[in-house]
Parts: sequence; C-alpha cells; structure tokens
Amino acid sequence: MAGIPHEPYEPNSGFEKWLHSRLPIGGMIYDTLMIPTPKNLNWMWIWGIILTVCLVIQIVTGIVLVMHYTPHTSLAFASVEHIMRDVNGGWLIRYVHMNGASLFFIAVYFHIFRGLYYGSYKAPREITWIIGVLIYLAMMATAFMGYVLPWGQMSFWGATVITNLFSALPLVGEPIVNWLWGGFAVDNPTLNRFFSLHYLLPFVIVGLVAVHIWAFHSTGNNNPTGVEVRRGSIEEAKKDTVPFWPYYVIKDLFALAVILLVFVVLVFYMPNWLGHPDNYIEANALSTPAHIVPEWYFLPFYAILRAITFDIWFIDSKLGGVLAMFGSIAVLLFAPWLDTSKVRSGRYRPKFKIWFWIFVLNFFVLMWCGGQPAEGMIPTISLIGTIYWFGYFLVILPVLGLVETPKPIPATIEEDFDRIVAAKYAKSGDAAATPAE
Amino acid sequence: MRIRNILAVAALAVSLPAASFAAGAEGHVTDVSFSFEGPLGTFDQHQLQRGLQVYNEVCSACHGMKFVSFRSLGENTGPGYDPDQVNAIAALYEVADDSDGALPGDTRTAKASDKFPANTSLGAPDLSLMAKARAGFHGPNGTGLSQMVNGIGGPEYIYSLLTGYTGEEQSLAGATLYGNHTFPGGWISMAAPLSADIVEYADGTPATVDQMAKDVSAFLMWTAEPKLADRKGAGARNFLFVALLAVLLYLTNKKLWAGVKKRKKAA
Repeated sequence: MAGIPHEPYEPNSGFEKWLHSRLPIGGMIYDTLMIPTPKNLNWMWIWGIILTVCLVIQIVTGIVLVMHYTPHTSLAFASVEHIMRDVNGGWLIRYVHMNGASLFFIAVYFHIFRGLYYGSYKAPREITWIIGVLIYLAMMATAFMGYVLPWGQMSFWGATVITNLFSALPLVGEPIVNWLWGGFAVDNPTLNRFFSLHYLLPFVIVGLVAVHIWAFHSTGNNNPTGVEVRRGSIEEAKKDTVPFWPYYVIKDLFALAVILLVFVVLVFYMPNWLGHPDNYIEANALSTPAHIVPEWYFLPFYAILRAITFDIWFIDSKLGGVLAMFGSIAVLLFAPWLDTSKVRSGRYRPKFKIWFWIFVLNFFVLMWCGGQPAEGMIPTISLIGTIYWFGYFLVILPVLGLVETPKPIPATIEEDFDRIVAAKYAKSGDAAATPAE
Repeated sequence: MRIRNILAVAALAVSLPAASFAAGAEGHVTDVSFSFEGPLGTFDQHQLQRGLQVYNEVCSACHGMKFVSFRSLGENTGPGYDPDQVNAIAALYEVADDSDGALPGDTRTAKASDKFPANTSLGAPDLSLMAKARAGFHGPNGTGLSQMVNGIGGPEYIYSLLTGYTGEEQSLAGATLYGNHTFPGGWISMAAPLSADIVEYADGTPATVDQMAKDVSAFLMWTAEPKLADRKGAGARNFLFVALLAVLLYLTNKKLWAGVKKRKKAA
C-alpha cells in the first residue's frame, strides 16, 4: 500500500511464509488493518464503519427476506405479511431491514456533511469523494426500488411518480418510461425488474466501497485539521498517527454500540415511525393516496424537484424540476474543483463555517418542504432552498476561497493532538496529572 | 464540527415537521389510553377476546381479514384461546372449498389452519392491517415522536371513527353518506355499526358503544401487529445487551488510548 510510511508485513510462522510467497493475502490484511491513521480524528470519523455495518446488515437481512418474499403483484404484499406473521423471527428481520435503510441514510448524511466541513473532498482525495457520491447514488436507487417491493400504496404510487419523471425528457422521455416499466404502467414487469436490481445493486455498492477504501488508504485519512501526516520517515509518521488496529477499531466499535442502542429503540419500539401508514394498504392502481410522499431521506431532493414551478425558456417546469433534482446531486461531483480555498479544514475558515451551517440548516428546511403539500409558501421556500443549494457550490465555495482570511493552522497533527490532550488534562485538574495505576 | 452545533441543528430540525404526512382534511382523533402503549405495554387478553366477539358479530358482516389465521388466535401474546375454542371460532366462518372435486364457488366450514375469509361484497376494506394503515398521531409538529409513547394512533383512529358519528345523513349520487367527525372529508359510506348491547359480551362486560369501540380497536391492533409483545420483550433484552456492550467498549477504548495520551504528555 502506497502512502504513509509504516512497518512492512513480516510473515512469522512457517504457514504464513508459505502462504505469503504464494498469495500475499496476509500482507494485504495487515496493511489494511495496520494503516497509520491520524491520531486526532474526532467522533465524526466513525460514520464510515457505521456505514459498512449498515451495508452488511442490509445484505444479510435482505438475503433472508428474499427466501420468503414473492415478487409478483398479486402475492408480494401477502408474502410480506407472511414474513411478519408466520416466519420465525420474520418480523424482526423485516423491521431491521426497513429501519436499516433509514440508519444507512442517517449515517451517510453525517458522513457527507463531515466531508464537506473538513474539506475531505479536496486534493488529493477527489477520487475518494467521487466514488462516495456514486455510492450515495447507488444507495438512493437501491432504497427507492426496495421501497417498491412490499407493493403497498406508497410503493406503487412512489414508483409511478418517480419513474414518470423521465417522461419530462424531450423526445426520448416517453419511450424511456415505457422501457423502465416494461409496459404502459407500473405493473408486474416493473416489480420484477426492481426486485432483480434491488438484489444486484448492493453488491455493486460493495465493489464501490472497496474502491472508496482503497482510494483513501492510498492518500491517507483526512483529519479535523486538514493537515497531512508527515511522511519523511516511519518515525516522523508515527508521531502523527496510530495504527488503525486496535486504536480506531475499538473506538469505532464503541461508537457502533452507541448507534446500535438508538437503532434498537427504533426497531423494537417505533418500527413504523419512519414509514408511511399508506404502505400497509395493498397497491391499488385505481385509488391514488391524498399525498404521495417519498421516504424521509429523499425529501430534500423531492422539494428541489417541486421547487421549479415555472418554465425557463424552452425548458418546461417539469423538466426544469427533474434537471434541478439530478443537478443537485451532480454538483457534488465538482466540489473538489469549485472550492478554491487553500485551507482544507473548515475549522480554520471563520466565514466558511457560517455558510456551511446555513447549508446544513437549508438541507433540513428542504426536507421539511418535501414532506408538505406543495401549496402556499412551500414552493417559494423550496425555491429559495434550491437556489442556496446550488449557490453554495457554484458561488460561495469558489468566492470564499479567494476573499476569506483563514486562521493559522497547526504545523502538524501531533501539535493538534497534544493541544487536545493538554486541554483534557487541564479540565480534569491535578488528579489526572499523577499517572493512574 | 462541534457536537454543540450538530445538536443545535438537529434540535432545530426536529422542531420542524421533518416528515409531516398530515393529509389535508383529516378529522378529529381522540387519544385513548390502551394497555399496549409505551415500551412495556402488552395486549389485554380479555379485551382482545371481547374485540374478536365484536368483529365476529358485527364487522365481519361486511369486512374481511384475509391475512389473519384462526390458529393465531391461540397465541399466548394474543387472545390466547385453547385449541378447541380456536376450532369453534373457525367453525363460525365459511371459506372457499379447496378439496378435490370442489366446484368454483363451493364453500366449506373453516378450520384452525385457515385464514379469516376476505369479504369484498360491499367494497369494505380488509381489516387485517387497518390499525397500522391509519395514523392518528403526527405530533409534535408532525415529527411523530409522540409515537414513541402512544404508537402511531391507528387504534385511536378506529375508536374515534366508530364513536364519531354525527347522526347526519346525506344522499350523494344514489349513495347514502353518514356524517363522521373522524373520517377524512367528514362523510363516510359506512352506517354507524355499533349500538348499545348489539353484542352480549361473554364475560359480562356492559356492551356500551364506547366499550365495544375500544375493544375492537385493540383487537385490530393485535391483528395488525400480532408480534407486538414479542417485539417489546426482545427490545428490552437487546437494549440491555447492547448497553452493556457499549459500557465495556467505552472502558476498553479509554484504557487503550490512555497509553497514547500519557506518552504524549510525557514527551
């Protein structure tokens, strides 16, 4: 593994030596687990592990659910009820899978905002960031198609609304929608292909995650200072880092346990909180729900979709909304080149901080708008939110880097870590000054 | 990225109606206190049995319950009937005859292994999942956080609907509609199904409209979520287990990093 200098793998036992000369898998595992990791990482660096665990949970529970689920319009809803009532532990597996999707998105939003705040997307980590955006896109596609499978009212009508978006494209729109549906409406062929892709895409995500990890294991982790690890020698690098095992494995496992506590409350005590009651009504093409609302994690982008209520030149409002929605994700891909600041971490950028937190708040405002009926002030607020979303990437990030005077940054990660430790000892007073044990 | 900032934004987000599903003209839902609410709440077996009686004698005339099996009436966390009683209840119903030589439309007496029959004759919705298919509670501010204590309010919706008749009627395109405080839009095509003493409870409980509405709402919560008691019990065990794991990992982590921090301090 390129990157930060560290002690190479030494096969010890006879078997390790025998294996290493034939398949260097021991060295690969060693390099991955022992990767030098900045010692000053804070609690916002736990989400990667949480996300990995989410992916595993979803795949394992999903594989079991498939053993009992029937992808047919006349049987799907009943087969889910069969899982809930007759399969041993089926209710648990299904509720974990259902709420696991929400946990996955909670974690990914923390992870993305972490990256945006600490400038993790900036050189040399652009590839890691771009792969990350692709993972997020694949997650959204997977979650959307998964929500269709129980074949409830919101499954059916959500699928109808979202696939219909493609009809906004000029000329090719209508044929594309029919091609997606496999017919002239959302029906059995649609359910079958969504089921097939819902099973396939998670394994595509596994592949992307491997590349994501590979990429940042080459550049090294970012850290709260945005200062790079010193790479002059192993000794120098060791002053800035600790090996991932055991230091971050244990820290991340602790964080995982805390997150799982929240997840336990969600799964066992309010499993339907984040769902929609209408999805306990079997899909009916002749009865449209009063309000078709996507899952909570799509709401900000649903708001952006509905924010464009006017025609722009030859682009009608529907196409405008679709372009804005896809554009709002696509713009993330260009963040590495739109941010002109030479300072990586937002911690040392006083003006950036303000715009960043407005951006986070704006995300929640858009989420709220997405859940409301598009009446009254909602389209206007959505439009303002949409303008800020694009403005943040296309105007604020480029301009801020040029006009902002950043605060001084620490010379090394070691310096930052010493400051944190010193502050901690100062807070806990004299007692801590005498070594324990 | 200070924790303080994150919490501030999160608090703000929660105070906004993050996922409000409030439909336009939703009616009034009364908050009824049910035994199965809260983290420790479970079903009241007597109430489930009374609710089943209301379903058998009143609701099943027009509604079906096609996802609920008769055998599940024997579950301990549900109505808890013994096998003979389950067979007797099943025998109240006719289901499609699936034996060799049966003609389409033939029926036979239901067995414990059957499910409650579907009933679509009058277009009445299936009741198996009704308590989860309606939400009575969205608060505070549409976040639904009150569901933590109260559940989603499906049984409350059913209770309110059954007791929410205004007594008014109107004819619309040949159909009679009945005024109801709870039904979205205020007019429902189901006539008030309950009247005092329409059933005679086996356990002697006075069959007021209020009592029957509560009992059948509780029963329909059980049909919608028969594993509720299992779920909450497993939840307590899982929570304690993960909490213990978290404490052990916290201590392990603290001890592990103490070395790194001490070395730093000495240097």
